[in-house]
Amino acid sequence: MTTNVEFGASVDAAPPVLSVHGLAKRFGGVVALRDVSLELRPGEVHCLAGENGSGKSTLIKIISGAEFPDGGQIVVDGESRERMDTTSAIETGIQVIYQDFSLFPNLTVAENIVLTSAVAQRHKFHNARRARAQAKEIVEELQLDLDLDADVGNLSVANRQLTAICRAMISRARVIIMDEPTTALTHAEVTNLFVLVDKLRDRGVALLFVSHKLNEVLRISQRVTIMRSGAVVTAGPVEDFDIKSITKFMTGLDIDDVRTLPELSPEAEVRLEVVGLTLPGAFWDVNFQVRKGEILGITGLLGSGRTEIAESLFGIVPAERGTVRVDGESVAIGSIRDAVSAGIGYVPEDRLTQGLFLEKSIADNIVASSLSEHRTKWRVLDRRRIRATIDELFQKLHIQAPNAKAAVRTLSGGNAQRVVLAKWLATNPKILILNGPTVGVDVGSKAQILDLLREQARRGMAVIVISDDEPELVACCHRVLVVTKGRVSGELAGDDVSVETIQQSMAV
Amino acid sequence: MPSLRRLQGRNNEGTLLLVLIGLCVIMSLLNPVFFSINTAFSIMRSTTVPLILALAVLLVIISGGIDVSFPVVAIASAYTSVTLMLNFDFDYGVPVVFLMSACIGAVLGLINGVVIARFRLPTLIVTLATQGIFFGAMLTYVGSRYHPDLPPSMSRLSTVNVVNVVTSNGKAYLHVLVLLAVVVALLVWGLLKWTMFGRSLYAIGGDYEGARRAGFRVVRTQVLTYVLVGVIASLAGVAHIVMSRSANPQDLVGGELDIIAAVVLGGASIFGGRGSVLGTVLGVLLIQVINNSLLLVGVPGAWLRAAVGILLIVGIGIQTVSARRKARRVHSVEDAATPAGKEA
Repeated sequence: MTTNVEFGASVDAAPPVLSVHGLAKRFGGVVALRDVSLELRPGEVHCLAGENGSGKSTLIKIISGAEFPDGGQIVVDGESRERMDTTSAIETGIQVIYQDFSLFPNLTVAENIVLTSAVAQRHKFHNARRARAQAKEIVEELQLDLDLDADVGNLSVANRQLTAICRAMISRARVIIMDEPTTALTHAEVTNLFVLVDKLRDRGVALLFVSHKLNEVLRISQRVTIMRSGAVVTAGPVEDFDIKSITKFMTGLDIDDVRTLPELSPEAEVRLEVVGLTLPGAFWDVNFQVRKGEILGITGLLGSGRTEIAESLFGIVPAERGTVRVDGESVAIGSIRDAVSAGIGYVPEDRLTQGLFLEKSIADNIVASSLSEHRTKWRVLDRRRIRATIDELFQKLHIQAPNAKAAVRTLSGGNAQRVVLAKWLATNPKILILNGPTVGVDVGSKAQILDLLREQARRGMAVIVISDDEPELVACCHRVLVVTKGRVSGELAGDDVSVETIQQSMAV
Repeated sequence: MPSLRRLQGRNNEGTLLLVLIGLCVIMSLLNPVFFSINTAFSIMRSTTVPLILALAVLLVIISGGIDVSFPVVAIASAYTSVTLMLNFDFDYGVPVVFLMSACIGAVLGLINGVVIARFRLPTLIVTLATQGIFFGAMLTYVGSRYHPDLPPSMSRLSTVNVVNVVTSNGKAYLHVLVLLAVVVALLVWGLLKWTMFGRSLYAIGGDYEGARRAGFRVVRTQVLTYVLVGVIASLAGVAHIVMSRSANPQDLVGGELDIIAAVVLGGASIFGGRGSVLGTVLGVLLIQVINNSLLLVGVPGAWLRAAVGILLIVGIGIQTVSARRKARRVHSVEDAATPAGKEA
């Protein structure tokens, strides 16, 4: 471990702006953080890596004052304190840029940059001209190409991010924490961002990149801290790691890398055929087939059109042109009803708002989409059959709750996801489309959910998994389609499916 | 294209202005009587009260809420002031009437604001409820009598005109209270543009959670908004009583939809975060011109309600469709990818 010694020596000169020691946090009975320590030095880019649910977001929330720790210390400029609140976090120069940026879509870029600091300084009046000049100053200083008078709602994701960074800088940020900064960006945009990051580093800003997508973030980071199940597994200079070792530290076991595919006979019939599917502005001329028992992955960057393709197949935003055939029969999908009666089920990306009735019980949620299949010949609901379906799925999916009467709101991410899955399995769909099936789910549940998909495929269901999580695609998909700018730009099948090949074809 | 965009305005004010001008031209061709100072003055007169009310509603709508209690607040505060003056037989002049009414309006607005902001209740439901409560309370405790004679200061004001012109169609008058509408419009414009309060309204309407995270004092701003709505509405109430030369507690009530329609037509987004004083002025004018002109060309009065309804749907339709288009444009990758080509 000679590197550690060098590493210690080289940065001794710069004392940390912010450090945390031995942080602990519990939510109810669940341990979110255990003895977590982290140091941020001026002028460094620090990568905080970890799976979803590893405690990264809890740590950011504690640093930014949105949550209070149960134990441990936060040290700012050598001064130790037990907790941070939002106001003092901003005053000490800690700025968090969340994935949604928290910008106001109805205001201009200039206003977005200036308003927050004006609020912090308790201004009473607003001078549009002076505000614009202030915004212009920071934008020019950072040499950015931003239209100050454009509405933020009309900006690309990359430009929104730049706006958020300008907003942080105008509040004299010394620590900028960015949540998944590269996930939604194209290659060229990432390069732009990194040019800016270098400028910020020169000014002595400490940046903490929180990410589970590592290939890009590693390019620019100096140090890495890796978390797993609420604890720091390892930390050190970036040279000590490569993607493989980081992935191993993040997941513990390489469960995800095991490629296990349900058997697919070469003669299996085509379940779903999509020809020339087009929705101008979102995707164009999409063609693919999924056979009985096949798991097809669809991937692409955020905004590439992958979600829109799924939503059009499920009738949420119907496609304008193209043919969809289910079991060889052409079906017109103009609404969600059409899709459901054609045998298509959809597990949305944002299941908390789109997929579940949060206040209702697990049981009610499970049968919510399949009530019409649970009727007697008199067309009234068959209580006994409903009970049976609920019991079966509740057991089979290992939903962790005292019983099926618990409200869905009380469940963790992994368990909520299982309820959505159960809901669609209860309808017995021919085709199940899952958008980000394991986002926000811990590693153990992830493996179980993937197993469940494999089992459904084995029984003849055609499964489409939409995801940007490469290991997950590799773990369960027979084939992977890559969507770029609304078009299918590549297809990987059989042994060609690997994390590297997927990343390469997305990068084009 | 950019110059055209500018003319169109941030909230389609340009389009609205064109429609308004077009309508006036058509009406003048159909019926030459329409094109006269008399018509212009009469439209301005009938616009006064709706415009002041609309400016109040604009504030709530920008902040992402809706208020349906404002007509009741307007009439309740003005009618109560007049009743007090008549019952106790005092009259310290018109400014005192406005002040008294504004105080009552502020209290009623405060009730709305506190209930909505403290308990985070849906604004429509709360104001529906308070509308009933305020109206009932006024009829019970203040009275339901129609006052045909106003206190002297008010009845004197009701005959004051700023402009008197003799035209071929007889005399044309412009009532002095038109100036009140102009002043309120300028004040609201300045409030929205030049104060942090105004900017916070836009921020809260754009993203409530985001505004909270950014450190805006969301609760305070909301409470203050409803107080302001109460005050502005109460001015409209007094203006209405002065201009109709009598105090009827049943007046204005039920007119909330026309006003909200005018504000939304004027480009304010019903989802919050968008809206302008200019748009609101044009929206109110448009509705008044339509009311006025349809009668002139002989359309039965019953159809006026339908016309306003149709106009509202068309207005909101245009707004929603263009917003959806815009949203799709942003999501589409081609747009998102282009800026990346530029060098930072």
